[in-house]
Amino acid sequence: MEIIVCVKHVPETAEVELKIDKTGRDIEKSGLVFDINEWDDYAVEEAIRIKEKLGGNVTVITVGSEDADSTLRKCLAKGADKAIRITDKRINTSDPYIIAKILSKTIKEIPFDLILTGAQSSDDGYAFIGPALAELLDIPHVTLAKKIEFKDRSVIVNRELEGGLEEVVEVELPALITIQTGINEPRYVSIMGIRKAMKKEIKTVSIDDLGLSETEVGIEGSWIHVSEVYIPSIERRAEFIRGTPEEVASKIIEIIKSRGVI
Amino acid sequence: MELLVLAEHRRGEIREVTFEMLTKGREIAQKTNSRLNTIILGKNIRDKAEVLARYADRVLMIDDERFEFFNSDLYQQVLSNIIREVKPILTMIGHTSYGVDLAPSLAVSLNIPLITDCLDLDIQDGQLTAVRQMYGGKIYARLNVRKSESYIATIRQGVITASEGNLKGEIIELPPPDIVEPVKKKFIEYVLPKIGEVDITSADILVAIGRGIKDQANIPLAEELAKTLGGVLACSRPIVDKGWLPPDRQVGSSGKTVKPKLYLALGISGAFQHVIGMKNSQLIIAVNKDPNAPIFNVAHYGVVEDLFKIVPILTEKIKELKKKTS
Repeated sequence: MEIIVCVKHVPETAEVELKIDKTGRDIEKSGLVFDINEWDDYAVEEAIRIKEKLGGNVTVITVGSEDADSTLRKCLAKGADKAIRITDKRINTSDPYIIAKILSKTIKEIPFDLILTGAQSSDDGYAFIGPALAELLDIPHVTLAKKIEFKDRSVIVNRELEGGLEEVVEVELPALITIQTGINEPRYVSIMGIRKAMKKEIKTVSIDDLGLSETEVGIEGSWIHVSEVYIPSIERRAEFIRGTPEEVASKIIEIIKSRGVI
Repeated sequence: MELLVLAEHRRGEIREVTFEMLTKGREIAQKTNSRLNTIILGKNIRDKAEVLARYADRVLMIDDERFEFFNSDLYQQVLSNIIREVKPILTMIGHTSYGVDLAPSLAVSLNIPLITDCLDLDIQDGQLTAVRQMYGGKIYARLNVRKSESYIATIRQGVITASEGNLKGEIIELPPPDIVEPVKKKFIEYVLPKIGEVDITSADILVAIGRGIKDQANIPLAEELAKTLGGVLACSRPIVDKGWLPPDRQVGSSGKTVKPKLYLALGISGAFQHVIGMKNSQLIIAVNKDPNAPIFNVAHYGVVEDLFKIVPILTEKIKELKKKTS
């Protein structure tokens, strides 16, 4: 089974106080720690498990600057066989439609049976690239996979619906599947493991190599443009309880007692 | 001008996001002097079309057993043709498990600009603008979509308040469409959620943990607090994804909706998908290190502090209190 996984290098923001940058169109990224997008981490794990079971190769692909190499190295350390990074200075001003086109042009040159992507990214969360890429490659897709099994030349996929419901669908290979978090338990890689993976080559490709014209990338080719980002104004701001942990705990107890909860 | 809303339904029910989109659609239709259309595909759906007729000027209905279950391949074929014929300036689709499976490939195949997961949108002088969230809801963004004669947008569920319908729309039954074979994807069955040992929806007190709990080894700390309070332990999605708690403990759009007397959120940032499942709790107290965590937008009381500093003391103090009163 030849598997391609598309990954994204993103800032970790879950427990960080974010600030807006000078352009007003993005967050201030200096000082943030970057890592593989959480959904993609599950996708890479799933690909490696399939390879371990059925044989074949896993190729990871990203579109990004040199910084993204650390994410590719992590994937290589986990067990991916090859890594490709597509790069261009206009990538920062390109929307997900362009990224999908760039990926499709790259993947057209590579033989594959299965493409996996994360169901969405933790930064802008469009949930667009997977099915858009499938359409550009003229292959079927299934999104939000929670379980994948193979049957001849088909894949049986459990998709996550709302409220804990799932549906089972069958799709013919070659196909693209987007992975939902929780499908597996991504393996941990040690720093040593990542160091060892330094020996594996990361192939870099420039957009010019892909035959995309000047008007197809950057602002000109994009469907959507961020005009402004902002920290939301508060609708029902909590009343903050301040003091030492001791004082805070006492106040919490007062509040829940006064409400008759305990 | 024409507007089009894709009606979403599953297992006999029209899903609420449909009415939310039709409410937004009606607002845009009035402002832009457009006609609001909705389309429903399914089997034996006349009754649903009649409900939809109260919310739209025109209901397009395809009643055909091939559409008994959602299939994005089939929906894409049909919607492509409908969009080409009706030429709506805007097509709205729910940003749901169905919508995310359908909208991107539909937009690419038609070469119509798509913007996904919109909280709000507007059309002015033929230009579509939208509001979205980024970074798990910590940041909002205003976006412009490249000027086009037609747009597609997916709309986040549970954001727009659906209003009652009082229209008398026309129902137009369309003939069974031609489907290009082979269809490479097929629906097999639904899998219902497993019934767990704990029903978090019936608990009066929920202590809910999120990413901030950091490690599985720390869960007993929160569990003890829950027990001491006479409550039950619940959680946000990452905890279930990591396999630390079973899925029946998950609160949010992919888990359960809860309304306890007390919801104590520990280390939960408050992404929309979580908040939608707990915002109607009677009393919400949140502990989080990030003062801008969106959970503080729904919490009644907030503590900006490391949960590990608060939880042990809180547990001890409640134990003392219970000793005194018993």
